[in-house]
Amino acid sequence: MDSAMDSLRSKFLPVTSILAGIVVIWYVGVFFMNAPFQRDLDRRAGVTSSFSELVAKTMSQPKPTLPAPHQVAQNFFENTFLRKITSNRSLVYHAWVTLSSTLLGFAMGTVLGIVIAVGIVHVTTLDRSLMPWIIASQTIPILAVAPMIIVVLAAVGITGLIPKALISTYLSFFPVAVGMVKGLRSPELMNLDLMHTYNASRAQTFWKLRVPASVPYLFASMKVAVAASLVGAIVGELPTGAVAGIGAKLLAGAYYSQTIDIWSALVAGSVVAALLVVVVGLAGRIVDRAMGGRPV
Amino acid sequence: MTTASPAVVAASKLGLTFQTNDGPVQALADVDLTIGKGEFVSFIGPSGCGKTTLLRVIADLEKPTSGTIAVNGMTPEQAREARAYGYVFQAAALFPWRTIDANVALPLEIMGLPKAEQKERIRRTLELVNLAGFEKKYPWQLSGGMQQRASIARALAFDADLLLMDEPFGALDEIVRDHLNEQLLELWARTNKTICFVTHSIPEAVYLSTRIVVMSPRPGRVTDVIESTLPKERPLDIRETPEFLAIAARVRDGLRAGHSYED
Repeated sequence: MDSAMDSLRSKFLPVTSILAGIVVIWYVGVFFMNAPFQRDLDRRAGVTSSFSELVAKTMSQPKPTLPAPHQVAQNFFENTFLRKITSNRSLVYHAWVTLSSTLLGFAMGTVLGIVIAVGIVHVTTLDRSLMPWIIASQTIPILAVAPMIIVVLAAVGITGLIPKALISTYLSFFPVAVGMVKGLRSPELMNLDLMHTYNASRAQTFWKLRVPASVPYLFASMKVAVAASLVGAIVGELPTGAVAGIGAKLLAGAYYSQTIDIWSALVAGSVVAALLVVVVGLAGRIVDRAMGGRPV
Repeated sequence: MTTASPAVVAASKLGLTFQTNDGPVQALADVDLTIGKGEFVSFIGPSGCGKTTLLRVIADLEKPTSGTIAVNGMTPEQAREARAYGYVFQAAALFPWRTIDANVALPLEIMGLPKAEQKERIRRTLELVNLAGFEKKYPWQLSGGMQQRASIARALAFDADLLLMDEPFGALDEIVRDHLNEQLLELWARTNKTICFVTHSIPEAVYLSTRIVVMSPRPGRVTDVIESTLPKERPLDIRETPEFLAIAARVRDGLRAGHSYED
């Protein structure tokens, strides 16, 4: 516990200084991005602003080119904590919609990735034939594939959660498959020889050696996969004209030039992503400890 | 060696050639060897002399390319399928996610023994290697010597008559090694197993063995077989006796005759 506190303290300072740096640069950026439009407004209204007045105005435009951090923070706070979570203006509501398809897609992607990895490790033909296709699948821009998936599935009557989750699956199976192939092949030759001297069957070697040895690899790749799932769910909401979800919120914000809304939806997305990664990381640590891992 | 009981290991004209990118490498050539029941045979020689390869051939981890070999009167493959031997590797090779008792249980689970018998055997073998009380520890919580003892317990757990040990104490310091050598002799006396032991330490080979097989490289072959005249009861200080030193000198001569000391 002490060491955990120490590592928190040793990380706290560097992380906050970087954050402070970003905020400063952001504010400077806000001025330069919003000043031309503000000057334009002033000119049309026939007002002359002093420099400090101009600075203040660039920080409080209702539809700024680049919203100031405090505007985003205020919007985020209001829409997260002050609204009923059933309201469609609540970020919690939108985050939940996106989260549910993220989790479904992540679960399907993880299962698919594991199944593919098991196949690749055990069947030589699959090793040769499947891997190039899997890699190729990830070079196709998801923005091009997403609308096709949505349209095709809608044509056969599948709408709502499933199409979005499938896009998450598409993005998340890849890191799991690659990580699990590596994990299932991680046992040393000596351990495989040992199983051979016991005349262990392939299934016994798989369950008693390969699977436990692959667990750390599984959690490492699930961390990447869960973040990819969230991106997939958000991307999946864009072409559907979805009415709910973080992607829908981003799209609506872009439609009506509600830049502050866009940014606070973006913050909500990052918070959800961070939470997901932390939860997967924690689960990984609990499992590692249960499997006799040396405490760090 | 003339024994009444059938040979545990019988090799004749045994050869093994590895095909490598740099051409064929003759790891073993013309090995003739018979090991009787209850013997403690050490294989000694410089690296590349094929001593580990020979052990791996007995264990069916490598296939010979010429000659014949029988283990308990069967082919090595049949012997492996009959779980005729326990193998101890250079490293303990314990599974880090299993506690010590679960590691010892591994071969028993694979062989499908009933739970109650597994428990009894784990208790008995851990006692045999002086690891009682460490059942619920994970491997990283044990010292290197204790880990290697746990791996010996794992090889003993299913009660095979033959124990194949590939430099099991090579990675340990000399004090721990002395201690484990003593314990191994005690264990051998108590269990009456046949032990094949690969080492590159002359004192270790002489101290442990009833017979020492001296090997030399390029190609890997047997250059001398030395019968030990030491009594079965061997305290550690037997290593200072003239008898011990005479055998050690013969081993050294055998190695020299096989050009083991040349570059």
